[in-house]
Amino acid sequence: MSQASSLDLLYLMIDVLSGAMILAGSFFIIVGAIGLIRMPDVFTRMHAVSVIETIGAGLLLSGLMIQAGPTLLALKLFFVFVLFFFTAPVATHAVAQAALSAGETPQLSEDRRSKTAAATPVNSNDNEGADD
Amino acid sequence: MEAYINMVLLTLLAIVTLTIVRQRNLFSVVVLFGVYSFLMASVMIVLDAVDVALTEAAVGAGISTVVLIGTLHITGSEEMRPSRLALLPIVTAAATGAILIWGTYDLPEFGKADVPINTHVAPFYLEQSIPLMGVPNVVTTILANFRSFDTLGETTVIFTAGLGIMLLLRHKSRKEASKILKKDVVFRVIIKLIIPFIMLFAFYVHFHGDYSPGGGFQAGVMLAGAVILYSIIFGAHEAQRVVPQSVAAFMIPLGVLIYAATGAISFIYGQNYMDYTALASYPKDAHHLGIILIELGVLITVASTMLSIFYAFVERRH
Repeated sequence: MSQASSLDLLYLMIDVLSGAMILAGSFFIIVGAIGLIRMPDVFTRMHAVSVIETIGAGLLLSGLMIQAGPTLLALKLFFVFVLFFFTAPVATHAVAQAALSAGETPQLSEDRRSKTAAATPVNSNDNEGADD
Repeated sequence: MEAYINMVLLTLLAIVTLTIVRQRNLFSVVVLFGVYSFLMASVMIVLDAVDVALTEAAVGAGISTVVLIGTLHITGSEEMRPSRLALLPIVTAAATGAILIWGTYDLPEFGKADVPINTHVAPFYLEQSIPLMGVPNVVTTILANFRSFDTLGETTVIFTAGLGIMLLLRHKSRKEASKILKKDVVFRVIIKLIIPFIMLFAFYVHFHGDYSPGGGFQAGVMLAGAVILYSIIFGAHEAQRVVPQSVAAFMIPLGVLIYAATGAISFIYGQNYMDYTALASYPKDAHHLGIILIELGVLITVASTMLSIFYAFVERRH
């Protein structure tokens, strides 16, 4: 009886842990997606997307691995994780290289400030405060 | 739940399609084609057609994106605005679409139980796959055994496509190395690290094809993808030192020949074409061997065709 209940507790813990990881992973993926749309230029957008590829996918796969238990499926998920670990940063690197060689320069906060100041010259001081 | 996933995926597909139609920058169109293929692969997974999903992801999002970008390299990446309203093409396209939609009304509903395909064709394949062939993946048995004539035809189609593209695009090779990528140590190290595993996975997909999703088509595309990846980073000339163009061209008919010859072995024993039982003493072993052999033929033809197409595009610069 007591063994059965401790097993139940173990399964509950597995479910809670994997569920929390999958939820957290989904959260980071949504954050990355919002960042991809909201960020101002290529490089900051890539920064947002890299969140999806690293911690988002990582947490999702870890959660699924816990759910799969010690099976071949878990090993396959681990392989996917390793593949992401190696390829995602390289893909980001490739995009950054391509952007740089295409003449894209990172937008600095000075640029943004001067742009907003040029757009609204009357109360530029307020805008500067809001940007920071 | 499945219905909701389908709704989301199909809505996204429609959005991507409309964006492709409206987009003038062809590079964006190519990227969106990749997105479309991955969405389609997801739809296939929801439909439990994992083999098709694997093919769609490998061919649609992988190889064709590379080939299309190769095309853009030749043609330029901005679509010209039409000088006048293309009335005839619009009418033709709309009429064809309308006829096709009208034609779907005669098709039975999706998954309806009392249509011929669901009363005796599909149940026969599903029930007899294990007892007759001993192969758990029914897709593989249908592809390589029950309907191996069709697959021979498909392989010949790929062979013909490769032949056509090589005749159209073949050019004298020119010495030229990619400048930016080759210098970058990150790409060199990671790609060298990953390519063996891609090839290993391709062979796993092939040799494990009768137990798990996959087979010669998918494996061939992955194998070609590994070499294409190598040639993107190190330049087509380095890749051609590994797999020369002539070898790739030689392997296109070789695969079809392996396929057709495997089927012809049964002639010697006085059996029908594509009857694998002559290949080994036990029928189930014979079926396994036959499937692996003809899938090997498919793999060789697909991989070398993809590679030849890629080489043809790469060498036809400017």
